[in-house]
This record gives sequence, structure tokens and C-alpha cells, in this order.
Amino acid sequence: MSLLWLLRRLAGLVLALAAASAVVFILMDFLPGDPAEIMLGTNARPDTLAALRAEMGLDRPALIRYADWALGLLRGDFGRSLTYSVPVAELVWERLAVTLPLAVMAIALTLLIALPLGAMAAARRNSLTDSTIVAITQLGVAIPNFWFAMMLVLVFAINWRWLPSGGFPGWSAGPSAFLALILPAIALALPQAAILTRVMRSSLLETLGEDYVRTARAKGLTRSEALRRHAFRNALIPVLTILGLQFSFLIAGTVVIENVFSLPGLGRLVFQAINQRDLVVVRSVFMLLIGSIIIVNFCVDLAYALVDPRLRGRA
Amino acid sequence: MIRLLLTKACLAFALFAVLAAGSPSMAAPRTDLNVGMRLEPPHLDPTAGAAAAIGEIVYANLFEGLTRMAADGSIKPGLAESWTVSPDGKTYTFTLRKGVTFHDGSPFDASVAKFALDRTRAADSVNPQKGLFEPIETVEVVDPSTLKVTLKRPTGAFLFNLAWPAAVMVAPQSAADNKTKPIGTGPFKLDRWAKGASVDLGRNPNYWGAKPALAKISFKFIGDPTAAYAAMMAGDVDAYPIFPANENIPQFQADKRFTVKIGNTEGKTIVAINNARKPFDDIRVRRALAHGIDRKAVIEGATMGLAKPIGSHYAPQDAGYVDLTGQYPYDPEKAKALLKEAGVSTLKVKLILPPPDYARRSGEIVAAQLKKIGVDAELVPVEWAQWLSDVFRGKNYDLTIISHVEPMDLDIYARDDYYFNYANAEYKALYAELAATSDPEKRKALIEKAQRKLTDDSVNVFMFLLPKTGVWNAKLDGLWENAPLPVNDFTAVRWRD
Repeated sequence: MSLLWLLRRLAGLVLALAAASAVVFILMDFLPGDPAEIMLGTNARPDTLAALRAEMGLDRPALIRYADWALGLLRGDFGRSLTYSVPVAELVWERLAVTLPLAVMAIALTLLIALPLGAMAAARRNSLTDSTIVAITQLGVAIPNFWFAMMLVLVFAINWRWLPSGGFPGWSAGPSAFLALILPAIALALPQAAILTRVMRSSLLETLGEDYVRTARAKGLTRSEALRRHAFRNALIPVLTILGLQFSFLIAGTVVIENVFSLPGLGRLVFQAINQRDLVVVRSVFMLLIGSIIIVNFCVDLAYALVDPRLRGRA
Repeated sequence: MIRLLLTKACLAFALFAVLAAGSPSMAAPRTDLNVGMRLEPPHLDPTAGAAAAIGEIVYANLFEGLTRMAADGSIKPGLAESWTVSPDGKTYTFTLRKGVTFHDGSPFDASVAKFALDRTRAADSVNPQKGLFEPIETVEVVDPSTLKVTLKRPTGAFLFNLAWPAAVMVAPQSAADNKTKPIGTGPFKLDRWAKGASVDLGRNPNYWGAKPALAKISFKFIGDPTAAYAAMMAGDVDAYPIFPANENIPQFQADKRFTVKIGNTEGKTIVAINNARKPFDDIRVRRALAHGIDRKAVIEGATMGLAKPIGSHYAPQDAGYVDLTGQYPYDPEKAKALLKEAGVSTLKVKLILPPPDYARRSGEIVAAQLKKIGVDAELVPVEWAQWLSDVFRGKNYDLTIISHVEPMDLDIYARDDYYFNYANAEYKALYAELAATSDPEKRKALIEKAQRKLTDDSVNVFMFLLPKTGVWNAKLDGLWENAPLPVNDFTAVRWRD
């Protein structure tokens, strides 16, 4: 039964990926703008444009280009960037070295802030601690991350000069590479942490009202013991759901944050590629992002099943 | 693998610590330069892409042409040390420099120069300025240091055209890979391109000419205006040849740590008019637009007052300029009268705005001004790609705001099928005469005539010249104040002690 559940989930996964590839291709193809025109500018002559289109393979029918790209993806070949003229995989790989550590740092920060704060607020419901935390999270949800990023730069990079204002020296530069990611990770994490703190708090409060917690209390456990032993684990289910959703927000957030901090990450790559109509890069990166979001959601489903064995039976 | 990385990280850290500890005792002036740029180039081959960012990195620093542009806009010898022109203006004989080698060690001679010029005009050429080389009939190698170029017709701007980034010399064995591994003859060579972050150039030890003072130039791509300001203030960037936000200029001017130079670009910013579309095919309507737009207010509002006004499609610093800014003074009443005379009572138009700040900001002000003369302009912001395909290629527009950055580009008004839809036989004849004239004085007179013709016909509303807002560390010398081409020649840049 468990295997069947897994297979059904997997089939859904494959179907979603196939549909996504078609949608991404069609959307990109209908986008107004000609990559050759962007490359050659306003003085280009028609024969030069035609020569470049042929060089880029844009003179072939759409269906053939789609088949070419999709089959390439299956083989792990992401194609060649139209503007940079290097393999997309190489570009993505370079960029992931920035975006992935950034996202991991941001998620770690989010969890480190949200879980204890949420638990603290729930454990001391209606106390001064609780209302302070709630007020701060409200602020955190309301403030856009790019504004927050600018404030961080103003304080930590311009006034105090503790951390760089932006840019990324590359991992070969050692600790300064790590330092370059601190402010962006904070800027990305705080709004997410604010949301997650609220979810954690309300979820814990809900479970604290459940019968089994009352039973535990009746057996003589203190409120915090009952919270730790019985409520916490149950309260994590909605937190995991939100965290899975937040992953996609985080990826979207990196587009903004990477631009504010001039970080050579995936978000900035996509932003530049869309502007230059580097269709091959945009398509392949979108597929990679969509794929990873679909896979993360799949993993969240698996995580539910681990946290709550009853879910394993449902499809 | 992880252990290896850790070891590397430790080594890097140790090195970093040593360097950091060593720096205060170094007394010699710095030889490195961190340059801020708004846009990252798609690649580094100026003979295969029009993006200004390519030339701004590689021109004169990495690649050189037969002739080169000097800071004052004049044409100087480059890889050709001298030349003679035949009396009929059709044959150019270049004497090339000896002992010039490319970064990969291969020699530069007349056969390489022939290859580079022939490549620009080949059938499969993807040179963005292929038109510049169209007048060439034949290129011949006389001997290894003599090159003879024969033109189909006299071309007055030929030596100037050879100084463009798109005309730099490339070698047969490396030309195909120049996009990512540029191999030129310049005083700097490519060290590293961290895509999305920076391009690093290092000194070329085998350079034929005078060694530059700088040993390393790092171009950092910081597009966000706030981030650019932060990077300058924090000292992460030493120079912005063109700072991306005019509103920060007063702050830099007030700060002794920085030099601010407001220079000229060649960017003629205009409200382009679709001359073929009713009612703009009526000269009275186009003149009404010219009277209805207050240049001064647009310059004040859109460029913080830093731009110079223009009255025709020509930059004030270029030879033959004539000031025509007074021809259509701001006069809403006259504009309304002209519209009435043309039988236009209500006019609803779309004003298409590409992404740059100058366009978006000017657009708001222009629309407000047009409202006062009874023209209702709807603002349509578009992406660059869309502007190129809809407005520029498709010619599907009423009005648009755009800066034409090519220097002395009076030729665009003589082109068939250009997006202004001007199509004027008299202007075409005038331009053909100019193109074939080499004598500087005669050229000036013709250039003046061409400017007057464009203004008389009110082809477009000519607004202002984009300023070159240079901001750099006050201890730096040798940066260009003006941009006669979109290039940054760093060969003369040095730090003062």
C-alpha cells in the first residue's frame, strides 16, 4: 500500500514535469522580442540578423526546437546559451554555487528564528513576550524584503563597514565569500521567519487544545512538558507545509535579493536572460526551478508521511 | 573532496590574512582598479554584438583597431601607424605597426588585418555594424606591413568608422572564440570572467606600446542604483564611468573623496514620431509637438538638470554642430493653434517607453505637457526586447522616447524603411553628398545643412543629450570625461600617491 502510494505520487510528478516543459516552451516562444535583434542592436542589417538567427538555430520550426530541447533535457543536456554561447549547465552550475548556499542559509535562519520564537509565544500565550513576538512578526510580514535589504546595507555596509555592500568574490576567496552572503541571507530569511513564527505559534496553540494534550496534562505533565513531548511534533505538520511553499517564495525572492546585492546567482541569471531573450537559458532554468519545486513538494509529502504515519494510508 | 575544499579555504584565509596584514606598509600607489558598470555584456566580442557594455570593457584595453578614438573624439593611429589616401578618396594605404602580437603570441600583420576586415563584410558576418564596412570593395595585402583598402565610393567617415569597437582587429585562429576567450592585441588581457559578477583584466606583458600604469582592472556589474551608491560609498568600487542614478550626483559632488565629471555622450534623446501615421504626416502637427514640449522642464525633471538641450539630431560637441534649440520655443498656445490649423481637435496617442530611466521619467513629463495642448498621450512602458520588435522593426507606434547613441548618425534619416518613416528625397540627396565628401570644411557645411533640414521638417522632437555622469575616487587620473563612443579607455589611468 505504501509502495502504491509512492508510485502514484511519482507518476504525478512525471506528468507535472512534462506539462511544465510544454507550457514553459510555448510561453517563451510567444514572448515578443527576437534574440538576434537584441544581440545586434539598431544598426544591424537584415542579412546580418538572418545570419545570426541561422547561427542560433532560430530559423527551424518550433516543434523541432521543442523536441530538440525536451530530448536534451532528458539526456541532462540543457542546451547552449544564445547570448553567452556557453552550455547552460555550466552557467547554472556556476550560479547554483551562490544561490543554493544562500537558500540553505536563509532556510536555516528561518527555522532557527521561527521555531523557538513560535514555541515561546505559544508557551506563554497572552504574556508580554507573546504580544511582542506577534507585533514583531506582523511588522516582518509587512516589510518587503528589498527594502529590508537596503536598510541592512545602509547600516552594516555603509555606516559600520562590517560586511560588503554587495557582489560576490567567489568561493575561492574563502571567508569573504561567506561574509558576502550574510546580509542577503538575513534579508531573505526575516520575512519568511515572520510568517513561519506565526504559523508555528497558532499551530502549537491549536494542538495544545487537543484532547491528548489535556490527557497528558491530566496525567501530571506540566504545560511545557506536554508541549515538548506531545504537541510540538504534531504542530510541525502545518509548519512543514508552509516551509515547502516558502521554498518557492524563497527562489522568487532570490531574483530580487540577488539584484539588490549584485550576487551572481540563479535569480540574476534568469532576470538578465529574460531581458536579453536568451530563450534557451530562461526555459532551462525555469524547468530546473519548476522541477525542484515539484520535487520539494513531493519531499514535503514524504515528510508528512514520516511525521504522521496515518497519512501514509491516504493517497 | 570536502577536505580538499577545506584545505583550499584555509589556504585562502591564510593568504588573505597575510595580504591584509601587509597592506598598510605598502607605500607605492595602487595599480588595481575596480570599475562599476550598470549592465553585464552578453559576451566580449565587439565584432559580434551591439551591447555598449562590450566596448566599454574591451575597447582599447583588450582589442585595438587600425585607427583609434582619442578622449577628445579625434581619430588617432592605432595598429596602423600611418596612412595615405588617394586623391579620389577611394584608396587607403595603411602602414601597420611592426612587432605587434596577439595575447596568444600569434603575430599581427597585413594578412591578419585583411582577414579581420573581410570577416566583417562576409555573407555570414554577424557584425552589428556591418553597414560601416559596406563601402569596402577590396582589401589587399601589399607586404606584411602594408594594407591597401579600396572603396566603392569616397567615404568621408571611413577612418572614423575603423575606430569603432566593431572594427577591432581579430586573428583567424581565435576569432571564433572571442566571445568567451577574447584574444586581442591590447595592453590588457582577460584574466577571469565570473559571469554575473565581474570581468577581470590583467596587464599584457608583451604589449607593443607603452605599458599602462594599472596592472589589474576589475569590472563589477552592479545594476541596482542603490547598490551602486552603496558600493561607491563603501569603497568596493573606485570608479563609475557612468553612474546609474543622477539623483545621487549632488551627494558625490559634496564629498571630497570623489571626483564628479559631467561629460557628453553621443546619446541624442528624442521623442520619435511615426511620420507615416496620421496625423503626424502633417508637418504642422509635428511642429505643434515641438512647440508643446518644454525641453528645460524635461531636462530638469528627468536628468536632474544635468543634460544639454539639442535642437536637431546632432551632438553639440561634434564638428559642424549648429544650435537650433531656439527654432521651436516652448509655446503651448502656438502649438494649439498649429493643431487647429491642421484640423486636429482631439488627439489620443500612445507614447511608448523603453526601460531606461531617462525614457520613463521624460515620458511622464512629456505626457503632462502634451495634455496642455490637447494631446492625450497614454504611457506604455515596454521591455527593451519588445521595443525593438514592435517599435523599431515593426514601426507600430505613434510616439516613443529613445536615445540614439551612435555618434554622428545623420545617416539614419536617409535610410529607407527606418522606423521614423521619414522618407524624404531631398534629405537623402543631401546625405549622399555628405557621405561622399572628405574635405573637413565642406563636410561641416553639409552637416549643418542636414541638421537644419531635420529641424525644419520637425521629423522628431529633439530633446537633450544624455550626460555622461562620471564618478570616481579623487585620487584617480586619466579617466575620460566624455564618451565620443561607448568605450572606457583605461590605458592612461593611474593612481596618485
